Amino acid sequence: MLYREAGDFKTSYEADNQTFPIAFDRYRYWVVLAVAFLVIPFIINDYWANAIFVPFLIYAIAAMGLNILTGYCGQVSLGTGGFMAVGAYACYKLMTGFPDVSIVIHIILAGGITAMVGAAFGLPSLRIKGFYLAVATLAAQFFLVWLFNKVSWFYNYSASGQINAPERFVAGVAVTGPNTDPWAQYMICLVFLTVCAIIARNLTRGTMGRSWMAIRDMDIAAEIIGVNPLKAKLTAFAVSSFFVGIAGALFFAVYLGAVEVGEAFGIQKSFLVLFMIIIGGLGSIFGSFAGAAFLVLLPVALKVLGVDVLGWPTDLVAHLQLVIVGALIMFFLIKEPHGLAQLWRLAKEKLRLWPFPY
Amino acid sequence: MKMKSLTAMALAGAMSAAPVMADLVIPDLSYRTGPYAAGGTPFSDGYQDYFNLLNARDGGIGGESVRIVECETGYNTEKGVECYESTKGEGALIYQPLSTGITYQLIPKATADQIPIHTMGYGRTSAANGEVFNWVFNYPANYWDAASVAVNYLLDENGGSLDGKKIALVYHNSAYGKEPIRTLEQLSSMHGFELSQLAVDHPGQEQKSQWLQIRRERPDYVLMWGWGVMNQVAVQEAANINFPMENFIGNWWAGAEHDVGPAGAAADGYKSLNMNRVQDYPVLDEIKTMVHDEGNAAGNGSNMGSVLYVRGMYAAMLAAEAIAKAQEIHGTADVTAAMVRDGMEALDITNARMTELGMEGIGPEFAVSCQDHGGAGQGLVQQWNAADGVWVPLTDFISPDDAVIAPLVAEDSAAFASESGIEPGCL
Repeated sequence: MLYREAGDFKTSYEADNQTFPIAFDRYRYWVVLAVAFLVIPFIINDYWANAIFVPFLIYAIAAMGLNILTGYCGQVSLGTGGFMAVGAYACYKLMTGFPDVSIVIHIILAGGITAMVGAAFGLPSLRIKGFYLAVATLAAQFFLVWLFNKVSWFYNYSASGQINAPERFVAGVAVTGPNTDPWAQYMICLVFLTVCAIIARNLTRGTMGRSWMAIRDMDIAAEIIGVNPLKAKLTAFAVSSFFVGIAGALFFAVYLGAVEVGEAFGIQKSFLVLFMIIIGGLGSIFGSFAGAAFLVLLPVALKVLGVDVLGWPTDLVAHLQLVIVGALIMFFLIKEPHGLAQLWRLAKEKLRLWPFPY
Repeated sequence: MKMKSLTAMALAGAMSAAPVMADLVIPDLSYRTGPYAAGGTPFSDGYQDYFNLLNARDGGIGGESVRIVECETGYNTEKGVECYESTKGEGALIYQPLSTGITYQLIPKATADQIPIHTMGYGRTSAANGEVFNWVFNYPANYWDAASVAVNYLLDENGGSLDGKKIALVYHNSAYGKEPIRTLEQLSSMHGFELSQLAVDHPGQEQKSQWLQIRRERPDYVLMWGWGVMNQVAVQEAANINFPMENFIGNWWAGAEHDVGPAGAAADGYKSLNMNRVQDYPVLDEIKTMVHDEGNAAGNGSNMGSVLYVRGMYAAMLAAEAIAKAQEIHGTADVTAAMVRDGMEALDITNARMTELGMEGIGPEFAVSCQDHGGAGQGLVQQWNAADGVWVPLTDFISPDDAVIAPLVAEDSAAFASESGIEPGCL
């Protein structure tokens, strides 16, 4: 009933091809955007921004990036943390090297630099597949972290090897540095996420996305019907890394403000983002959001429940958290291998028939 | 997005249910899980137990009871930030994150929120310059002091000259481990010893290649900046290559019972620095009877009297003294974070006061001022006796070479000040 299609006639090809063909979906999309842009910025505080919203928005961008590569193009990558580090360090070098240029341009350029690095590390994908490719990207992960630790040019020769984000402004409002208002932090991440999501959604609906999916489903068949694997795979690596790089830049500049490469962008980060898209749903933009929300919120929710409400010892809660996240990952892999996005799809199917299922 | 907002609402409900009380709130950003838990747990136990003792014995500080809010960081900076944000709203008076990485995150944030941070013997060394870092304190000593104390000890051992000696630094490949390098390089050119640097990546279980290199290069001394599981592995690896243990010196975060225990008798003779003397203090008996026997022990109560437990207790004592000082300066028992900062800046720790508190000789005497947030910078050298399972102090507190460290602190803090647009000055 909610997803009624009766009476929802399309009279043009554009209307038929739009992102959300069902009217209710469209309204929901606008409501979510309205709440995100017009309500949350006015009620957000430091805790909500730093513990929940900003990490969620940033991880959603990273998950979207990895989902393009792994979910849409079928190339498994364990190098997400390393590529995020490229974005973060590119952003830092640009911020300190060209302090007069807007931070927004720096973040986009950081994405571009990461795209180039990603495409370079994507070259082996033309010859190797599956697990072997995963190992090649794993090498990228370790190499990049080692590089940013070893070459002190990347951290401007600071004694500690840490990089610190200086204060930068967008339209007169501080978006990085300690004096940033929570709403400003939230808004810059939200704007980047929204733009990235619109780009990603449209890329995956178009020629490029279809060639990625063709490669994913069967690369030999794709080649026979005229998909250029070189172009498809390398564009997937580049576009994916572009998003991951933006996420890394925001993660460093807006969220943490100071970063140490081994700790912030280690292999755990790669796995975390990979878990996000597995739990959220491979090959789905909504899945990237759902997975990021799930893995950002779950630890916070468990902590609030265990420590603040039930008063358990903090170490017990921390250990339980590992157990629960692990169990949930297994549960999802067995019960719903297509992730939260598939649950959502099923719910939608049911709602279309409700209250008269057959 | 939908699901997120639902969960968010549920969270909001849960959060607002937490009780709000007017007392002295001390957050304890601890880590009892992960590869660094072995060090984080005793420190946190000692920190909490001392405040519990004050509550039980004196009814808190100046009549205000102390409320500890513990938050598990797992030595992870992201969780550390989350812990900071979730505890600061409760009226946190002072932060003791026990992690150099988290400290770097918190320095700008806490400065903006005007909450003091006490990074005792860790964190950003140049925070000793109180005119740039108004809200950060690292008394009684910092990493550069530690490096200098270690070199001074070696100078003493070698009759005043290290010319031509080879010293290897095994360090945790993070901000923590990299901190002493600059000082050691300076000292190496000053005293003519050759410094080689061997980085160990987080968490520190893989050290085979580093120790093979040590075996090949045969340095006269090995210094270590390690923490957590890295220390145990390093001591074991040193034993495996038959490196003479008395020439292996850890800093004060690499010298606790759990670091040497796993290597057993092979660890005998391993040396480390310490910034607090470990002995039988009367205050430990009070904690035993008034906190542990009452069932209020933090953790499982098994760490009582260990090196890091005593250090945690020492940290709590310094915080409590600063709060008492703040109460005295401002004439109110219900102090704010800004008042506690004033108390920390006016802190004066004397031998008489330490004896009065039942901790005679736990640390050196020092006084804090607006310019100097770093304290005396002294450390002692202790040696592990594996047969008896005790750390034996070899020296009294050794002073660092301030002529080397002061210019480095001035240089690094000036760089930070210009980078972040701070006008140095007292508050």
